[in-house]
Amino acid sequence: MRRFRLAVAQIAPFLGDVEKNLALHEKMAREAISQSVNLLVFPELSLTGYFLKDQVPSVALKAVAPALEPLRSLSHRLAMVVGFVEEGPGHLFYNAAAYLEGGEIRHIHRKVYLPTYGIFDEQRYLAAGGRIRAFDTALGRAAILICEDLWHPATAGIAAWDGAEILLCPSASPGRGTGRDGPFQNARTWEQVIRAYGDLFTCFVVFANRVGYEDGACFWGGSEVVGPTGDSLAKARYLEEELLVVEVEAGALRRARVANPLLRDERLELTLRELRRIIRSREQEPTGAGGEP
Amino acid sequence: MHELRLQCDTVQQILTGFIDNEVRKAGFERVVVGLSGGVDSSLAAFLAAEALGPHNVWGILMPYRTSNPESAAHAALVVKTLGIQSLSVDISPMVDAYFAACPDADHVRRGNKMARERMTILFDHSARLGGLVLGTSNKTELLLGYGTLYGDMASAVNPLGDLYKTQVRQLARHVKVPTVIVEKQPSADLWAGQTDEAELGFTYEEVDRVLYLLVDHRYEVADLVAEGFDERFVRAVHHKVQGSQYKRRLPVIAKVSSRTIDRDFRYPRDWGR
Repeated sequence: MRRFRLAVAQIAPFLGDVEKNLALHEKMAREAISQSVNLLVFPELSLTGYFLKDQVPSVALKAVAPALEPLRSLSHRLAMVVGFVEEGPGHLFYNAAAYLEGGEIRHIHRKVYLPTYGIFDEQRYLAAGGRIRAFDTALGRAAILICEDLWHPATAGIAAWDGAEILLCPSASPGRGTGRDGPFQNARTWEQVIRAYGDLFTCFVVFANRVGYEDGACFWGGSEVVGPTGDSLAKARYLEEELLVVEVEAGALRRARVANPLLRDERLELTLRELRRIIRSREQEPTGAGGEP
Repeated sequence: MHELRLQCDTVQQILTGFIDNEVRKAGFERVVVGLSGGVDSSLAAFLAAEALGPHNVWGILMPYRTSNPESAAHAALVVKTLGIQSLSVDISPMVDAYFAACPDADHVRRGNKMARERMTILFDHSARLGGLVLGTSNKTELLLGYGTLYGDMASAVNPLGDLYKTQVRQLARHVKVPTVIVEKQPSADLWAGQTDEAELGFTYEEVDRVLYLLVDHRYEVADLVAEGFDERFVRAVHHKVQGSQYKRRLPVIAKVSSRTIDRDFRYPRDWGR
């Protein structure tokens, strides 16, 4: 039975210091290689830190940037998901994550949902991505969704219906609300969401959350790998740095899909028809049911 | 009150991690904390001693001649319990010298002056000892504006600013701040017989419940009244929060240029750290 090793680098990136973060990535990658890891997932914006504000243009990289060469080169030895600020055409800046494998970037996901509420202010500084795509890797078909993307269930659905067997979820989740079970209220929600996605979309879910503090906010860690029946296969500690490594067996996905053929029965045409109807009805009443005053 | 209950183990870990991280990121290893003998500064000292080691924590006692002697005794108990470094600076000569010229100054002016005198001493020792000033204002005080601007509200790093007073007590018990400190009547000790609750006109238990729903859970005043809270009390609390907003912000700057500090010049506080 085919087995592979997944890992999460639960790190505390240095805010705004790409050079130091590159060194940290190389160190974690070498450690993972020594443990025969096939795929190492770093958290959201792992090369830059999260609460960047006006530093966004200063730390942005183009996907072809020479600065990424050491990581591209390391990806001959293990695949990696790396978070960075991508400077795209027209000097638009994206919260992006790249899948590196075999010495090249195989896929880039640009975060689709940029939270701009509560402590978040992403739309002020960043452009939103416009695509959710699954892509082929040496380990199977995968898709990347970044943090807030996961809080919109349609994104995970699209990824799964596009054939993803592994959902890769780099995150930078600051703890909010003192929790009763986990460290924070929002941590509990995350744990429910990723386990439900594993179960409902019968896929592996790799949730890579960061740790450390930025401006007093604390990222809670607790990275997790969930199997295609919704079971937690491995979970990192809360609040502390860790390299989480877990060996998974590819056959588990087949068995889950045999037992629960949810994806087979998915009715995309029906969903699309209803979505079109909802969109049409919203267009007819743009100000909501009450109309304009 | 159930929801105000903390998971103390985790909060302790988060706050000691915060102190360690923010102090070291700024290039320091030490902190300087004004010890009043009250629960807030005692808890701050306990957390700092755990985060940085007792030898890296300086507790500064700054009594005035009318201060309750119990306050200094409780501060000394914290110093002894933790084995932190300490020193005492009597602020009476400076404060009395100033008010000799205006003997009719009221309690509030005198209290504010004392708080600001203590602030200048803490920041002087910050420079002398190479330690950051550790803040001890809790969320209840900050929201009500029950503190002296540029006095006890001034600090470099504040581990307690997101904990309500009743939560400070919970955590203080958890980290084993001496019971006599946790259970005594809170007082700014600015004049004889002063207590916070007498001065505010309500208990911390009462106000924390209202603040928690108003702030953390975004209740409107009307929602709280519908929940059975006394309308006059809720309005009074809301009024205090609104009226003290200026104390929680930098001074307002007249906008002239294309990029104004804190308006459209926005960097994290941890910029370059």
